[in-house]
Amino acid sequence: MREIVIISGKGGTGKTSVAAALAFITSDNTVMGDCDVDAADLHLILQPDILQREDFFSGVKAEIDREICIGCGKCDEVCRFDALVVEGSTYRVEPLRCEGCGYCSYVCPVEAIRLKEQNIGECYISRTRAGSYLAHSRLGIGADNSGKLVTRVKRDARLLAERENKEFIIIDGSPGIGCPVIASLSGADFALIVTEPTRSGIHDLKRVLELSQNFGIPTGCLINKNDINLEIAEEIEIFLHENGIRYSGVIPYDIDFQQALSRGQSIIEYNPERWKPFFSELWNKISEREEKL
Amino acid sequence: MRIAIASGKGGTGKTTLSVNLARYASLSRRTLLADLDVEEPNSGVFIGGRLITEKEVFRQVPSWEEKRCTLCGKCSEYCKFNAVLKLGGKIVIMPELCHSCYACSELCPENALPMVSDPHGTIRHYQSDTLNFIEGRLNIGEEQAPPLIRETIKYTEHLNCSFELEFWDSPPGTSCPVITATSEADLVILVTEPTPFGLYDLQLAVETMKKLGKQTAVIVNRVGIGNEELFSYCAEQNLSVWATIPDSREIAELYSMGELIYPKIKEYRDSLDVILQRISELESQQCVKS
Repeated sequence: MREIVIISGKGGTGKTSVAAALAFITSDNTVMGDCDVDAADLHLILQPDILQREDFFSGVKAEIDREICIGCGKCDEVCRFDALVVEGSTYRVEPLRCEGCGYCSYVCPVEAIRLKEQNIGECYISRTRAGSYLAHSRLGIGADNSGKLVTRVKRDARLLAERENKEFIIIDGSPGIGCPVIASLSGADFALIVTEPTRSGIHDLKRVLELSQNFGIPTGCLINKNDINLEIAEEIEIFLHENGIRYSGVIPYDIDFQQALSRGQSIIEYNPERWKPFFSELWNKISEREEKL
Repeated sequence: MRIAIASGKGGTGKTTLSVNLARYASLSRRTLLADLDVEEPNSGVFIGGRLITEKEVFRQVPSWEEKRCTLCGKCSEYCKFNAVLKLGGKIVIMPELCHSCYACSELCPENALPMVSDPHGTIRHYQSDTLNFIEGRLNIGEEQAPPLIRETIKYTEHLNCSFELEFWDSPPGTSCPVITATSEADLVILVTEPTPFGLYDLQLAVETMKKLGKQTAVIVNRVGIGNEELFSYCAEQNLSVWATIPDSREIAELYSMGELIYPKIKEYRDSLDVILQRISELESQQCVKS
């Protein structure tokens, strides 16, 4: 079983479109995982049947029993997140600011503060139209702990791949370099960065590549819409080469991607003659490269 | 007025709008641009200027003083983030998991966990003829963006001059980084695109902003691709679509080179005029109210 994580640094470079295309190429040999839990979009293309659904609890938030609170303000003194608000003669916790450290509850002299476990979303195991399984989730509005939800989705994907004896796990990651991305990369066998030939794309690529290399994860790169700016595309290829990235590929700009997306289809379904051979070859290169590593 | 420019989905054109709007507005008004997308700060690709301040930002994390420690293990019990662990005869600290709440440090009966500074990121302040530009940049390998976002906002608050307009280029998504970046803003502009991804992620962003009690406006980018569903949603939800920007290869190419759009493309400038007009209307309404 091998795990490939698709990331990008910059948002909107085409991670999810690539992930969905690969789902159709590898079909029932794969478990897909949507770890872009902030904006989980893979299900919009794969339109899965949900087989299993479970609430996900993670972290706590403080709650004050205002009958007990004596308004001494000790909680407010120790809170580093400015989460306590005076209302009348007692205090209230602003849940969007509370990070759930519990400090206030440890210092409250009358034990008016309770730490309540948070239901931050739902996790799903599904079967997709492409034949693969999909582990995914819905993060509650304004919930934090997205890194923990990523870890949970990855665990679900791994258990599923083991149980069903699947060869690959393909993870659709999130943009950025912070906790959800780090959680996505943890334990991965290969990171595939999808970038674009723009000044922003190259800037963000450098940062996310440094991250994946810090983790010691073999990394490849796809330059999406490479013909938008061939000069920068070349600059990216040189940069990749200099940084020891032996696998890179390009995807041309094509209106098919937008058209497919608007119909809620994968590019493979939308125009199989053109894109099935293209992504099959790409997948062969990725999986070959990955075997050698 | 402090205006956060956000989106659920990444890559919808937040940064493009932020840099163009800020630079264009700065020609007639005192304007500041802050890049709060600290994980991948891109505004600087488009906005130059003279670097006038550079400040390393530190986060406070506990460090273990073995000599004082009695290994009572209270610190590990207090920490809700598994950042302080008692492993055998040692206290192990994982700074990347620490939320800097100070509980372990201040509640340690032996004062064996003093807080120390841990480099977290950098804030840079650039100035060009008309525009002040502040950038927060998270160190690679750091997990938590919110503390640096808060520090960057704080930096803008402590500047000596006041600004009529502040544009905050915010992170994508709907969780802690974007909540931190938008919670102090007077207005949130959501940038989206008329595709199923754009619509789905806009819905999440709108719900998040409702929960924060923020006034929001929508800009639809890349009109011409995708479908009409997004506009129906905005109409149903009474969301004000302030402007639309057409899908254009010319814009994409200018963007790819790190260039500003409005000096070259009139339609884009027209959209900026509409947005700035709507902002002025809001400002005068707020004046009347107060």
